[in-house]
Amino acid sequence: MRWVWIDRFTAFEPGKSATATKCLSHAEDHFAEHFPGFPVMPAPLILEGLAQTGGILVGEANQFREKVVLAKIPFAKFTGEAMAGEQLTYKTDILDLKKEGAVVRGTVHCGTRLIAEAEIFFAHLDHSRSAQVFGDQNFVFSGELQHLLGLAKLAAAQTPQLPAASES
Amino acid sequence: MTLDEIFPRVKTQLVDALGADEDDVKLTSRLQADLNAESIDFLDIVFRLEREFGLKIDRNELFPESIFQGDPKLIQNGVLTTEGLNELRTKMPYADIAKFEQNPKFEMIGDLFTVELITKYIQSKLK
Repeated sequence: MRWVWIDRFTAFEPGKSATATKCLSHAEDHFAEHFPGFPVMPAPLILEGLAQTGGILVGEANQFREKVVLAKIPFAKFTGEAMAGEQLTYKTDILDLKKEGAVVRGTVHCGTRLIAEAEIFFAHLDHSRSAQVFGDQNFVFSGELQHLLGLAKLAAAQTPQLPAASES
Repeated sequence: MTLDEIFPRVKTQLVDALGADEDDVKLTSRLQADLNAESIDFLDIVFRLEREFGLKIDRNELFPESIFQGDPKLIQNGVLTTEGLNELRTKMPYADIAKFEQNPKFEMIGDLFTVELITKYIQSKLK
C-alpha cells in the first residue's frame, strides 16, 4: 500500500496555509476490514492525511531543508465519519513556525460536513543528531512524498496571492 | 504582573500541552514526575508560552538541557559538588533548589522543573 493520503493540493500559500483533497475509493485496502459491511475510513488515516498536508506546508516553508517529523498531536477531535465514495478536504494553517519546529491547526471536511479537527506539532530533527543517524539525506521529503511536492508547487502557482500588507 | 496573575495562564497552557487535569496542575507540580511531561512536551510548552505571553523564550534558558556535561568539578559519582550547585543556581535562578541540595543527585535534577519555575521565569521576562 502506498502511504500517501492526499490526492492533490487545491490551494497552497507558502508559510501560511494549504488545502488538499482526498477521494475515497472502496478499492482502498483499509475499507475491507474497517468495517465489513460498514466501510468508514479509520480515524488515524484521516489524521495522517491532515498531517501530510500540514507537514508539507511546514517543510516547504524552509524549502524542504529541514527534516520535519510529526512529534505530537496535542489535540484531535472527530465528529463524523467518511465513507467510500466521498471526498475529504484537508485545510491546514500554520499557527507557529520556528527554528525548532512548527504548530499547525487543521480541519477535515467530508463534503460540507466537518468530521475532524486537530492541532499537530512538528519538530525539525536536530541537525547534528539527525546527521549522525541518517546522514545528509532528507528521508522525510523523498520517495513517494516527492510526488506530492510537485502537486503542492502546482497548487501554489495557482493560488491567488494576497497583496502584501502596506507598511505604515 | 504577580505570580497569582501569571499562574492561571501558565496552568491553561500546561493543561493543553500535557492533557493534564486542571486540579493536578499546582505551583509545586513537577513537570515530569507529576504531570508526565516527555521531552517533546518541553518544546511544545515553550511555543505555547511564547504565544500566550507574547514573549521570545530561549528554550535552553527555561529548560537547560546540559548544564554539567560530565565536568568532574561539577559532578562526582552522580552527585553535584558545591561548585556544581553554584552552577545550578546560576543557570536555573528560578528553581527552588533548597530541597534538592540536601541530596543533590544528578538523576533527580528533573524534579527542579516545576510549574513554579515556569511561572517565576515568565514573571522575570515580563518585567
